[in-house]
Amino acid sequence: MFKTKREPLFHLVKRIDVSKKYAWAVRIGAFLLSILVCAAISALLTDKSIGFFFKYLFNGTFGTKRTIWNLFHETAILLLVSIAVTPCFKMKFWNIGGEGQILMGALGCSVALVFMGGKSSDGATIVVSLILAFAFGIAWAVIPAFFKARWNTNETLLTLMMNYIAICLVNFFIKSVASSSTGTLTFEAGFIKPLGGNQYILFVIVAVVLTVLMWVYLKYSKHGYELTVVGESENTSRYVGINNKLVIIRTLILCGALCGLIGFLLVSGVNHSLGDATVEGRGFTGLLISWLAHFNPLAMGLTSFLFVFIDNGASQVSNYARLGASYPKVMTGIFFFFIIATEFFINYRIVFKKKKARNITDNADTISGEAQPIKEEIGIDKGYTKENITEEIVKERV
Amino acid sequence: MKKKLIVLLLVVALVSLLAVSVVGCKEKDEFKIGLICLHDENSTYDKNFIDALKATQAKYGLTDEQVLIVTGVPEGDACYQEAAKLADAGCDIIFADSFGHESYMIKAAKEYPDVQFCHATGTKAHTEDLPNYANAFANIYEGRYLAGVAAGMKLNEMIADEEITPAEAKMGYVGAWTYAEVISGYTSFYLGAKSVCPTVTMDVTFTGSWYDETAERNSAIDLIENRDCVLISQHADSWGAPNACEERDIPNVSYNGSTESACPDTFIISSRIDWSPYYEYVIEQVQAGNPVAHDWVGTLENGGVKLTDLGAIAPAEGTAAKIADEKAKLIAGTLKVYDTSTFTVSLANNPFKVENVDITLADGVVTSYHADVDDYGDYAGETEVIVGGVFQESVFRSAPYFDLTIDGITLLNSRT
Repeated sequence: MFKTKREPLFHLVKRIDVSKKYAWAVRIGAFLLSILVCAAISALLTDKSIGFFFKYLFNGTFGTKRTIWNLFHETAILLLVSIAVTPCFKMKFWNIGGEGQILMGALGCSVALVFMGGKSSDGATIVVSLILAFAFGIAWAVIPAFFKARWNTNETLLTLMMNYIAICLVNFFIKSVASSSTGTLTFEAGFIKPLGGNQYILFVIVAVVLTVLMWVYLKYSKHGYELTVVGESENTSRYVGINNKLVIIRTLILCGALCGLIGFLLVSGVNHSLGDATVEGRGFTGLLISWLAHFNPLAMGLTSFLFVFIDNGASQVSNYARLGASYPKVMTGIFFFFIIATEFFINYRIVFKKKKARNITDNADTISGEAQPIKEEIGIDKGYTKENITEEIVKERV
Repeated sequence: MKKKLIVLLLVVALVSLLAVSVVGCKEKDEFKIGLICLHDENSTYDKNFIDALKATQAKYGLTDEQVLIVTGVPEGDACYQEAAKLADAGCDIIFADSFGHESYMIKAAKEYPDVQFCHATGTKAHTEDLPNYANAFANIYEGRYLAGVAAGMKLNEMIADEEITPAEAKMGYVGAWTYAEVISGYTSFYLGAKSVCPTVTMDVTFTGSWYDETAERNSAIDLIENRDCVLISQHADSWGAPNACEERDIPNVSYNGSTESACPDTFIISSRIDWSPYYEYVIEQVQAGNPVAHDWVGTLENGGVKLTDLGAIAPAEGTAAKIADEKAKLIAGTLKVYDTSTFTVSLANNPFKVENVDITLADGVVTSYHADVDDYGDYAGETEVIVGGVFQESVFRSAPYFDLTIDGITLLNSRT
């Protein structure tokens, strides 16, 4: 008997080259699609129309001056968090302790506020609270870095667990300074003043400045180069004379300092209070944002904006349609689902089964010369000329 | 090309929808109410606020667009943001339901003087003295007292049936936190039981969470199996404790609403706060242009304190009549829950109270007590609350301040 091997209906081909244009087009498409799916699900599961969904999605984000400021303010906070954890990720140091590091920064700031707020001048209090926030944030980031550098411990577990220690420390602190409080400590004086009377703009400015600085740091500075090399291969970096331990600790100091700054801004600039939920889970959302943006600080701005857009918009839809507190989470979940799935389609191509006759010729081509499939994968059909193919490949691989 | 076309189409669709929505967003000048909730309807506490507001909405014939309910608002700047958004959306009255929302509500109240802000369980309205910021709570201790009477009747029935001896009449109580709100609640419950069953004692344990089903369940089981409690009540927002009681056939007095649907054999009664009288009071004051009182207290009389129907199986005979009787006395004022002659206090059980400064005792009877009514963050008692032999709970401000451990009640732990 002649045995034939059945070709599957489709198979996956890894894309060697992915043009940036194509990747971003797919991502934007996925975002728009995710909003349409959100709208469709909302319309199907509630008695409200798709028009209702879009009306309040935009009403909650661009409806009033306040919602617009709020949108940019929340984006800035989230962007700062992702900026803070990015150098660690670029170094393949899986720091998932952003939440705890920010909370420690908030705690440091609160320590100053409790003992100095209202008693010393606001200026002195702000300086001390900023210094303490830096110190606490850095301490929380450097401890796992030190363990990693010294004993090669697993940083994922350590940073995760330290989040919970931070929560306990905050609760312990609140309990020690206000024995019968109800889990939230509120402060009266010693805060940074709103810039020009606008309570939102400070975060936006800080976020924009730090995003640009981080982009420059990662792309053009020696430090940025070193931490990328350490992330790619520790042996290589050692070979070229980079002090791995120093780089790990130095990068985590940077991360801790940024987290401390965020904690300081959250307590002194926004909440004027401390509780174990002060960070509101942004430490974890920030990780996702950083990942989805491929550790590119500029792309993180866009991703955070889209996330906050859906979150704020969906909250408004939920309020007006009485859908409960979980609804915005479902919507942001759909958003993340689409964006993450997109990465698959950016990196792989689905090739469907072709007709038998062609199959043979295809195989023949593959055997006879490698030119054809490579051309296909590189994307001659996308209109590249022979000259810029190599250019594109070089760009992508570099 | 095809992809580009699709993307282009989607963009056009979104932009046109944006245009439509912006045009459709004209601010209408109609009466609007906003409510800010910590959780959503899955928490029995928040459900109480939401259900009452929906009932009030139906009563006044308001549309969903006029009654905005914001759920899942954490106790941080987010509360201020939501309050400000509601004010921007044209709300005339904004309510918030969680203790930690208070400072953010005050911040918003200062920024929007034309909007009335009302905060349940808060303590600062009378000291902040803003014309548009008010606190509210209910004399839920009266409801708890009546629920306690039902529990005492049940204990008496068990004693009469020789299931337990009078000395074995011990209740268990699962509390959330060691706060005045919880302490005031379990003390009144205990005093209610004691008024009909003089030998009763009670063990109290705290979970350290308003909503932790596993912890509440395990605490109830511990009280039943290791502490020999023969009746359980709770002040936490899940169904953990009542369900554990149903499984072990232990009678249960509930809170926030009836749990009879899941616990038909063991449910006795439940007390709860009904917020609709408060909503109605505020709406009417604001519509008439009158000021809203800094502190409002729901009572049995004004409907703010409610008792559910009795369970079909568990309650002792004659409970309904006895409760009706006691309720009438409470409303008439001839019976006081915190009558100091009905309980004694020992300093050993109240380690943080300084004798003759915070508290003065005569043979265990409290003759003077200074409570921290004015909340300046100092946690120092400054107001004499024993007047005419009665601890004046929720009189000097709406939120509870009874925080003494009285004799007969044993605290197994503490969570603050």
